[in-house]
Amino acid sequence: MTRLHVVTLPADASFQTWRDHARKLLRNDIPASFVEWRVRSAQDDLFAEESVLPAVAEGCQRTVRRGCVKLLQRILCHSSPDRFALAYRVLWRAGRAPGLIRDAADPDIAAANHMARQVRHDVHHMKSYVRFSEKQVAGSVSGSQARHFVSWFEPEHHILEIVAPFFAGRFADMNWLILTPKGSVAWDGAEAVVTREPCARETLEDETGHLWHTYYRSVFNPARVKMNAMRSGMPRKFWKNLPETGLIPEMLAEAARRGAG
Amino acid sequence: MKRTFSERLAILSDAAKYDASCASSGTEKRTSKGGKGLGSTESSGICHAHTPDGRCISLLKILMTNFCIYDCAYCINRISSGVERARFSVEDIVWLTLEFYRRNYIEGLFLSSGIIRSSDYTMEELVRVARVLRLEHGFRGYIHLKTIPDASPDLLAEAGLYADRLSINVELPTEKGLSLYAPEKNAAGIRGAMGHIRGRMEAAAEKAPSGRRPPRFAPGGQSTQMIVGADEATDRDILSSSATLYTGYRLRRVYYSAFSPIPDASARLPVIRPPLLREHRLYQADWLFRFYGFGFQEITESRPGGMLDLDMDPKLSWALDHRALFPVDINRADRETLLRIPGIGPRSVAALLAARKHRTVRLEDLERLKISIRKVRPFITTPDWRPTRLADRKDLRALFAPAPAQLSLL
Repeated sequence: MTRLHVVTLPADASFQTWRDHARKLLRNDIPASFVEWRVRSAQDDLFAEESVLPAVAEGCQRTVRRGCVKLLQRILCHSSPDRFALAYRVLWRAGRAPGLIRDAADPDIAAANHMARQVRHDVHHMKSYVRFSEKQVAGSVSGSQARHFVSWFEPEHHILEIVAPFFAGRFADMNWLILTPKGSVAWDGAEAVVTREPCARETLEDETGHLWHTYYRSVFNPARVKMNAMRSGMPRKFWKNLPETGLIPEMLAEAARRGAG
Repeated sequence: MKRTFSERLAILSDAAKYDASCASSGTEKRTSKGGKGLGSTESSGICHAHTPDGRCISLLKILMTNFCIYDCAYCINRISSGVERARFSVEDIVWLTLEFYRRNYIEGLFLSSGIIRSSDYTMEELVRVARVLRLEHGFRGYIHLKTIPDASPDLLAEAGLYADRLSINVELPTEKGLSLYAPEKNAAGIRGAMGHIRGRMEAAAEKAPSGRRPPRFAPGGQSTQMIVGADEATDRDILSSSATLYTGYRLRRVYYSAFSPIPDASARLPVIRPPLLREHRLYQADWLFRFYGFGFQEITESRPGGMLDLDMDPKLSWALDHRALFPVDINRADRETLLRIPGIGPRSVAALLAARKHRTVRLEDLERLKISIRKVRPFITTPDWRPTRLADRKDLRALFAPAPAQLSLL
C-alpha cells in the first residue's frame, strides 16, 4: 500500500472535522506517513485530489486514552497548518503505544506539547486582556436591566470555544459581545454563542477607562523600573489593544526625573 | 476644596502600592452561572495588566483612607509624613470595584487602610465593604482584606466570612526592628492575630460530628509581607522568620518588599535605591523552600554574614558549596536529588521522571524536556555525557558569576 492520501481541510477546521477524517483513515489502517494534510486556499478546486476511502464498519478501531484526546483537542485549536498532520501522527502512534504521550522527550510529543502550551497561553492571555467597554443602548428592550458591553480582541489561535465558558461564568448578569478576527462570542443572558465569521473592529469610548488609567499610573512604583519583567508578563503584541500602555513612556520619563532629583 | 473622585483614587492607590501582594489564586471555585450576581474565581489567578515596575495588576489595590494615627518610620502613610490625604466611602469602593470588574480590568479587590479613630472602627469599615459587595451585589470575585492589628475577634470572624484571603503584615523580620521603627505595633499582637486566623481556618475546614459545617473562613488562606532593607536584619533573619510563618502559622505566602525611598522619607532611614536584587534572591530562596524541598537554614548556613549571594541564585550557590554531591546521574537519581540540580525545576523533574519510563535520557533529549543543557551540564551525567573535573576546579564560582557590567552613570 503505497498510495498517498490527500486530505484538504479549511484553515479553521474544527476538531470534529479533523476527527471525522482521522477516524476514516484509521479504520482503513492508513499510516501517518501515507497521508498528506493540506489547507484549502481560495484558488483550490473544491473537489480536486480528494482521495476517496472505502467506508469501513465501525468497531475495528483502536482506542486512545482520554489524556491523548485532550492533547489532540488542544493542538487542533492551534493556527499552524502543520497541526492536522502532527495530530494524526500522534493519534496513529498512540494507538500502538498507549504510554507515548507521557514521553515528553519524543519529538512528536515535544512538538504537540509545544503547540498545546501556545494554545494555553493564548487562552490565558484572552482571559487577561479582553477589555469591555460599555455601550449605551437607547431605550432598553422590554424593560431589561442588563447593561451592554463590547470588546475587541485578537487571539492567535482558534480558542473562542475554549474561553467562552469562562466569560459566561463570570459576566452572567450583563450582555456582552467579544469581537475578533477569528469570530465572535456573544452572551444574551442565557447562552454563549460562538461564531467563526471574522469580525470588524469596534472601539468605544468608555468614561470609566479614565479612572482605570488613573489607577494604572498611580499604582506604579517609579523607584523600581523593571521593563523586562513587565514585557515578559505582558508581551508587546497585546499593547495595541490595551490603551493604558500608551501612558508608559510618560511614566518612565517621570520616573527618571524623580530618580535623578 | 473637595477633591474629585479621580484625584482621590490617585492618592489612595499611590498609597497602597508598597504592599506587594496581588495574588488572586488558591480560593474556592465560584461562578455566577445561573444569572445570580457577578463574577467568578480561577484556581490560578489572572493578571490583567503589568506596570513598568514589573508587577502585575490582578486586584484593585487601594486604601480606604491614608489618614493614619500610627507613626511607623518605613511607611509613607505615617502620621508625620507630608503626603496628601484622602478617603473613600464604602459606597465609593463598592462602585469602583464593580465597574472595574465588569470591564475585566481586575479579578477583585485588595482593600487595606490607614488606622483612623481605632482599630475596631477601621476594621469594621473594611468588613462593611466586603459585606456590601457579597450580600447586596452578589459579587463572586476575589476579595483580599487587610487585617488591622488588635481588631476584635468578632470582626475577624466576619472578615473571614466574606474575604478569600486575609493578611496582616509583620513588616520587619525582627522584634527589635519593629519596636524601633513601628512603636505602636507589637510583634506579639501581630503573631497573636495570625495564630487566631490559623485556628479559624482549621476549624472551618473541619466538619463537626453532627455533620454541620462551620462558617466559611478565608479559603484563600493568609499572607504577610516583610520589608527588606529598612533595618539591619540579615537574609538569615528574614528567612528564619519566614520559616516560622510558613510552618508555625501555615501562611500561604510571605512577600518580600524592597524598601522604596519614598518622597519625603523619614530621616531615620537610609535613602537608597530599593535593594531589588536582594528582594529577588529572597523570593528565590522562598521558592526553594516551598517547591524544592530545601530547608531555610540549608540555604543560608554557609553564607558569610548570613547574606545570600547577589551574584548568583541561591540554588546554584548551594550546589557550588556542595559539589561533592554532583554530578548526578539523571537516569537514576530520585526526585529529591533531581530537584537539587541547578537549572531543573519541579516541572522539568516531572517530565524527566515520565520520560525515563520510556527511554534512557540522553543529553539531546533535555532540550525537548525544556531543560537548558548549558545550565545543567556541569552537574549531571548521561550515557553520552560526563563533566570533567567539576569538583576540582578552583575557578568554579567564576565560571558561573555574571559577566562584569559597566556601571551606569547615576
